[in-house]
Amino acid sequence: MLAWTIYVSFLAAAVLLLLPENSARLARMIALIAATAGLLIVLETLATHHSGELISVAHIPWIPSLGITYHLASDGISMVLLLLTGIVAVAGILFSWNVEHRTREFFALYLALIGGVYGVFLSFDLFLLFVFYEIAIIPKYFLIAIWGSTRKEYGAMKLALYSFVGSAMVLIGIVAAYVVAGSRTTSLEELARFPFPVHFQMWAFPLVFVGFAILAGLWPFHTWAPTGHVAAPTGASMLLAGVVMKLGAYGCLRVAMMLFPLGMDPWGFHILFLNSWRDVFALLAVIGIVYGAMVALVQEDFKFVIGYSSVSHMGFVLLGLMTLNRIGLDGAILQMFSHGVIGGLLFAVVGRMVYDRTHTRDLAALEKLHLSKVIPFAAVTFVIASMASIGLPGFSGFVAELQILIGAWRAFPTAALLAGIGLAVGFAYTWRVMQKAFFGSSALAGDSALAGDSVLAAPAVHTPPPPITLPERVGAILLLGASLAVGLYPQMLLNLIIPALNSPLFEGLRKASWQ
Amino acid sequence: MTWIVKNLWLIPILPVLAGGFGAVARQRNRVFAASLAIGSMVLSFLLSLVAMAHVYSLTGQGTAAREVFNFRWFEFGNEWVSLGWVLDPLTAVMLVMVTFVGTLIFIYSLGYMAHDENFTRFFCFLSLFAGAMLGVVIANSLLLLFMCWELVGLTSYLLIGFWYQKPSAAAAAKKAFITTRIGDLPFLLGVVWLYAQSGTLLFYNGGSGAIEHSALTALVAQTTSSGMAVSTAIALLIFCGAVGKSGQVPLHVWLPDAMEGPTPVSALIHAATMVAAGVFLVARVYPLMSASPSPVVSGVVATAITATTALKVVAWIGAITAVFAASIAVAQNDIKRILAYSTVSQLGYMMLGLGVGGVAVGIFHLITHAFFKSLLFMGAGSVIHGCHEQQDIRRMGGLRKWMPVTFAAYSVGMLALCGFPLFFSGFWSKDEILHSAHGWSVSQIPFYLGIVGALLTAFYMTRQMFYVFFGESRLASASHSTTPPNAPNDTPHESPSVMTMPLVILAACSVLLGIIGTPAWNAFHAFLQGERIAVDFARFGENGILPVMLASSLVVFFGLALGWWLYGRKPIYSADQPDALAALHSQLFGVLENKFFVDEIYQATIIRFNGWAASASNWLDRRVWSGGVQLVSQSVLGLSWFNRFVDANVVNAGFDAGCSSATRGARLLSHLQNGRVQNYLRVLGVALVVFVLFLIWGSKG
Repeated sequence: MLAWTIYVSFLAAAVLLLLPENSARLARMIALIAATAGLLIVLETLATHHSGELISVAHIPWIPSLGITYHLASDGISMVLLLLTGIVAVAGILFSWNVEHRTREFFALYLALIGGVYGVFLSFDLFLLFVFYEIAIIPKYFLIAIWGSTRKEYGAMKLALYSFVGSAMVLIGIVAAYVVAGSRTTSLEELARFPFPVHFQMWAFPLVFVGFAILAGLWPFHTWAPTGHVAAPTGASMLLAGVVMKLGAYGCLRVAMMLFPLGMDPWGFHILFLNSWRDVFALLAVIGIVYGAMVALVQEDFKFVIGYSSVSHMGFVLLGLMTLNRIGLDGAILQMFSHGVIGGLLFAVVGRMVYDRTHTRDLAALEKLHLSKVIPFAAVTFVIASMASIGLPGFSGFVAELQILIGAWRAFPTAALLAGIGLAVGFAYTWRVMQKAFFGSSALAGDSALAGDSVLAAPAVHTPPPPITLPERVGAILLLGASLAVGLYPQMLLNLIIPALNSPLFEGLRKASWQ
Repeated sequence: MTWIVKNLWLIPILPVLAGGFGAVARQRNRVFAASLAIGSMVLSFLLSLVAMAHVYSLTGQGTAAREVFNFRWFEFGNEWVSLGWVLDPLTAVMLVMVTFVGTLIFIYSLGYMAHDENFTRFFCFLSLFAGAMLGVVIANSLLLLFMCWELVGLTSYLLIGFWYQKPSAAAAAKKAFITTRIGDLPFLLGVVWLYAQSGTLLFYNGGSGAIEHSALTALVAQTTSSGMAVSTAIALLIFCGAVGKSGQVPLHVWLPDAMEGPTPVSALIHAATMVAAGVFLVARVYPLMSASPSPVVSGVVATAITATTALKVVAWIGAITAVFAASIAVAQNDIKRILAYSTVSQLGYMMLGLGVGGVAVGIFHLITHAFFKSLLFMGAGSVIHGCHEQQDIRRMGGLRKWMPVTFAAYSVGMLALCGFPLFFSGFWSKDEILHSAHGWSVSQIPFYLGIVGALLTAFYMTRQMFYVFFGESRLASASHSTTPPNAPNDTPHESPSVMTMPLVILAACSVLLGIIGTPAWNAFHAFLQGERIAVDFARFGENGILPVMLASSLVVFFGLALGWWLYGRKPIYSADQPDALAALHSQLFGVLENKFFVDEIYQATIIRFNGWAASASNWLDRRVWSGGVQLVSQSVLGLSWFNRFVDANVVNAGFDAGCSSATRGARLLSHLQNGRVQNYLRVLGVALVVFVLFLIWGSKG
């Protein structure tokens, strides 16, 4: 049944392309139905398989001579990310409801991207995973280049190039692993059992890890993320932040860490205070956390702030992965989910609720518009999403970051301290952008009170912006509800994640470096 | 397990639900919102009384009665994170205090906020705040406590910034939230560290809690790289959170600014509850604070407190804050600001009490202070209300004629705050702190700081009383400029009884509470420690109790007299007249020089020091602490700009340069290339094929 998430998406994409011109309404409906169907399929599977065990969905020989099989399966980690994909996909379509330019192509590419993402999370064959990973890149490029804004060609190109460089590195690693393991199989399960020599893992691990982590926004390979997010249309930037960055982190865990766990062993010598690839990547992750937050603090473009905040939040995922203890890994996967829904919502507010109405993302310009009065729903949504983003207890971000911090404290106490600084700066930039974008500066508010309505009338918004539509409300409630549900009852997802981490697949990782 | 322990969660949930309903309710119905909020608080208060009675029935066995209810929040592998609540004497007294004072403040708000257009929103926030605060009180898990703690911070932000149209209010709200967040960060790291070390965040869990014997022994045994015991390091990190919330030096800067909020908020948040949360936190984790390598007795605070590093820090910070803030209060002119600095100073006393004397000493002052300080704040609110939003004490004067009830209640609060001997609760609670400080084994300095603070307290409160309630009214002359002289509501008026009744009740409590904390019948102390409650007049004769009582009484009398001397003898006639203390150098100096030799000594020492210390503290407050905060934020901003520069010009430019050189190279190689993605793909594909072939070839060879 789960395999139909992929098929439904691709089928719907194909159907959309066959529609006649000027059938925007129909296209939207079809896209929404397809995405909802995907979410429902995931939920249905969750209802029957909620203990996180491995479910094999399809297992068909594909290229027998090379040992490549069409093997779709799902364990708890995949289920969490499939659920995330389903939620963000539906929300993204709801927030793209106002796309009028080449609507059917937009949704076709959107669904193709979703299909590719579902495919990656479901693949249990290395080659298949790579194919889906590549499939996901192409629609991203076009979504940005055609429907984007601010320097869209540049952003799209940069995103595509970074993705390709990353996948090239991954491909080298995969092929090398295939060859070293005897050129018999590309099955993840079998490769996970194969004892790769240590010296091979020592170079394959960083190669594949970086290849995937580029897409997860690993510093200093993160610069595609802010520009790409900013250039992308709302729906696409929600997918980018919400799901695509998780593809990278998922690949890091599923391929790099699961297949080459010995690559994280100590080198046996020190460079500065670094003793292993694990230290190196933990350091880069922490730099990303602090650095992303700091750069976000001084941005003038609303969307850039959220773009850099994604870098910072994804740094937590990578840090959690590198802790190699159970609580840190749990936290990393929870953080993927958490950032997916919260980051997606933040982009939705910026792109759809604010930019589409005011046609500016310049914080200085927004400051004069008093948006909290003009579109209160957007203001309230953004405030709640900000609170979730800075880790207010009750939302998913708190549970996730708490677990990562605890894990990091056990593995690298200094890194945990620095990540704490990142949290503080994260608090500062969120606050700044919230005040500037929605509540104006208080001095200005005072002026306007004196000058009557002149300030409100003066800006470019001559007529009041259109009210918040129903799809936007539904989308916002869907994403917030997901974050809140996980924040209040994290066991829901942990019940899926923990059995997966205990499964034989991760035995190598547990044996090699589990703490 | 009895019903009340199982259902203790109802106490915080009721106000939260009331707040939620108030927020969701479509029609802005004032009566509905207010009665919902007050009703929920009254219910919580009744439940708190039940809880108190339950605990009381269990006391007297020598150890503190303590019942917990824990549940697993989430688990992973063989570890889990639990939440829960605890009912012990500490919880019980805090619950009763918060709900009782809270109920009165809610009722008072009916009158105070009657004309505000956002009346329903106010009650909604107020209820949410009360719920979060009660959550802090009942939490049996450092994590749950932290979560409620954050919600308390958030709701207090909303309440301080309630009049967000006022720029100063918006700025104050922001400052409060950010400053307390600075303290919360080390707190969070402390939480993380405690969990990482002991594997649980529950306080009490039948012997396996984080602050029970076995866990503490383990924590004490480990040392950090700097040789400090892990327990001490964690305790200090947690204390940082308390410093932020309770406005201790150097994080006190937000509290005076927070007075921009509505006055009931100041009374609830900045007198009785939120600022006391820091003190409560220290009391809650007291076993951790007092854990020393010598065997600790879990749960029971031994009679002689071992001065551990953590407790020393608490005591010193408290003592310094007590004097520091009190001296600032001397030079303020805003009625609420004086009270705010006074609160900071009194919180310092509580910390000092915790540091030198144990849980009961600090918490008793917390409770008495909650009553008389909220009384003072609400009295100040009544004054402000009666004087048409005037807050400058130089523009008041003579109000005792117009506001007799407020005046009487305010006087009781003022005498309680000063620690006027025998009849007021503040005397007994402060005396207990001073007595403990006197007996502290480490140093006598905190004791003397406490004495100086008591002097300053009496002095600035006298000054305020004379400015506000005595002399002639200067209100009319002040408002001449803005309103016509014959405006009918120019004269001050007494507040409605919905505002004065809570004042009277609180005034009664401010007096009566002292009874349970005298050395002879120290019921409060005994209750908190689970001892038998007994009357024993012989305790007055114990080591140094009477001399300390005498000393603190003398200091109070002296402070009152000094205040009267400077401000009461000749009430100022105009708001523009300089402050008596400021004018000291010219007038008073000449008068006193020939009359009293004693005066000269005072002049050269105490008063000059007083004025100097006040201005120095003020300067410190305005320049150093704020400046420090600014410096840090500026340097962070600077670094951020630098990062942005690097990002734009180095990291990114490197990427761009790489792209363009690749493009150029490709152009050179084949003139067909134009930089499209598919061409890059082609190049990559070729390279990959070559590489793969190489690998295959290599593996075969």
